Amino acid sequence: MKRVYVNEQWCLGCHLCEYNCAFANSGKRDMASALMNIKIRPNIRVEEDGKVCFAVSCRHCDEPFCVTNCITGALTKKDGVITIDKTKCVGCYTCVLSCPYGCVTPTEQGVMQKCELCTANGGTPKCVLGCPNKAIVFEER
Amino acid sequence: MKYVIIGNSAAAVGAIEGLREIDKEGAITVVSSETHHTYSRPLISYLLQGRTDRERMKYRADSFYADNGCETVFGKSVLSLDKDKKTVVLDDGTEIPYDKLLVATGSSPFVPPMDGLEKVSKRFSFMSLDDAEALEEALFPKARVLIVGAGLIGLKCAEGIKDRVGKLTVIDLAPRILSSILDEDGANMVQTHLEKQGVDFRLGVSAKSFSENKAELTSGETLEFDILVTAVGVRPNISLVKDAGGETDRGILVDENMQTTLADVYAAGDCVVSCDISCGTKRILAILPNAYVGGFAAGTAMAGGIPKPQKAMPMNAIGFFGLHIITAGSYEGEVYEQKDAENYKKLFYSGDALKGFILIGDVDKAGIYTSLIREKTPLSGIDFASVCREPSLIAFGRSYRDEKLGGKSNEN
Repeated sequence: MKRVYVNEQWCLGCHLCEYNCAFANSGKRDMASALMNIKIRPNIRVEEDGKVCFAVSCRHCDEPFCVTNCITGALTKKDGVITIDKTKCVGCYTCVLSCPYGCVTPTEQGVMQKCELCTANGGTPKCVLGCPNKAIVFEER
Repeated sequence: MKYVIIGNSAAAVGAIEGLREIDKEGAITVVSSETHHTYSRPLISYLLQGRTDRERMKYRADSFYADNGCETVFGKSVLSLDKDKKTVVLDDGTEIPYDKLLVATGSSPFVPPMDGLEKVSKRFSFMSLDDAEALEEALFPKARVLIVGAGLIGLKCAEGIKDRVGKLTVIDLAPRILSSILDEDGANMVQTHLEKQGVDFRLGVSAKSFSENKAELTSGETLEFDILVTAVGVRPNISLVKDAGGETDRGILVDENMQTTLADVYAAGDCVVSCDISCGTKRILAILPNAYVGGFAAGTAMAGGIPKPQKAMPMNAIGFFGLHIITAGSYEGEVYEQKDAENYKKLFYSGDALKGFILIGDVDKAGIYTSLIREKTPLSGIDFASVCREPSLIAFGRSYRDEKLGGKSNEN
């Protein structure tokens, strides 16, 4: 199935994926009002150390420790996509303890959020659509 | 094939899901002494705090048993197991035959003998939904609550009821709080945080004797209380297997397929002895993730499959009044330490592998450390100095990232 993959050699470290992700998941219609004066909490995050940079988002693992370890049953995997029911989540952070890639993070309300491949945002992940250098792609590999 | 599962918590649910991946047809009967739909035990403190409710704390959807073709027998306890006849006997005399049996009986609160404890009428454990509801009924705004036990259960209880009572005091025989998961410095930091929220501690003491509303401590102090919560520890429920002749230690002994020493009898969850891969020793790992994963493995094996290695180890994610704590593995070997006023980090490593860690405050990406322990990743192959400072994938090098993030397989 299609997944978000990273072509590290093409990453410019521009962080646009982070902004597009935060906007897509903000529920707002206008990017400026969605992102103005807030600390964004994107589900994709760029790691960089001056020499290399690349974006990291949920791998929707075949053996998803976040799902097996979730104490509430809020995290589930269906049709290859791991999603979180934020109404069930209590913010215990067991998924943060479990994810090998650091891809589950808290919302401002203290429950957890993660990449759901923009399944609730009309399909193709917005991090991919907005990447200026095709460093993030949505495809079968 | 007829499967019988004793218990209805994480290990039982894991077993049902593991079974159904392989065997879609076999009959599954779930027997539980509780009458509730499967729920998450660790959420009982969140329930009292108002951060979840009975509906949302269900561990699986309402349709779970129907979806998985399970018959439920709730509100009945299993009294005995006959390994020759391959039946279990319930407290109402009913006999249920099995081809494969899972014992997922969990653990029970352990209350050490304390002089005069029976004189305390408002006395509670904090383990089950019924415990939480009984405690909730006793709460009132000016109540003075004494909690015996400053471990995970006692302190989550304290957080859960803090805003609903007048005074909260926690006592423990150990000289520090959360002694099973924190070292001294970490424990001091969390204790200070809890004290700022109004929780009082008396550590290194125990209750010498009780009367209806008073505890006399070994320090000579007398504490008055309206409500007593005992949260000293838990004991694995092993008697069914033990009485049937199965091998037990502190918990039920199982092999890598979660099978006990009795034919066709499996066990998983808080009641079994697990192998801790972070140090190679056998121990009870009474944590929900271990119960689910062990249960899933048992289900796989019961249905004739070969379970994946479970790679069990101690791990806890727990928070108190906004302060988050994540710990995993064993605290042995050399130590990397990093701390400031709000954050605390200790990593333990030896023999080219990470063995354990303690994070308080900043817990972002903690799973990268957990993964290093679980996979026994050679530290010489990564930039360990950088991963010590901050867990990140930069430390792992390009080929790891190409594989994990880029979806490319690395054959060599």
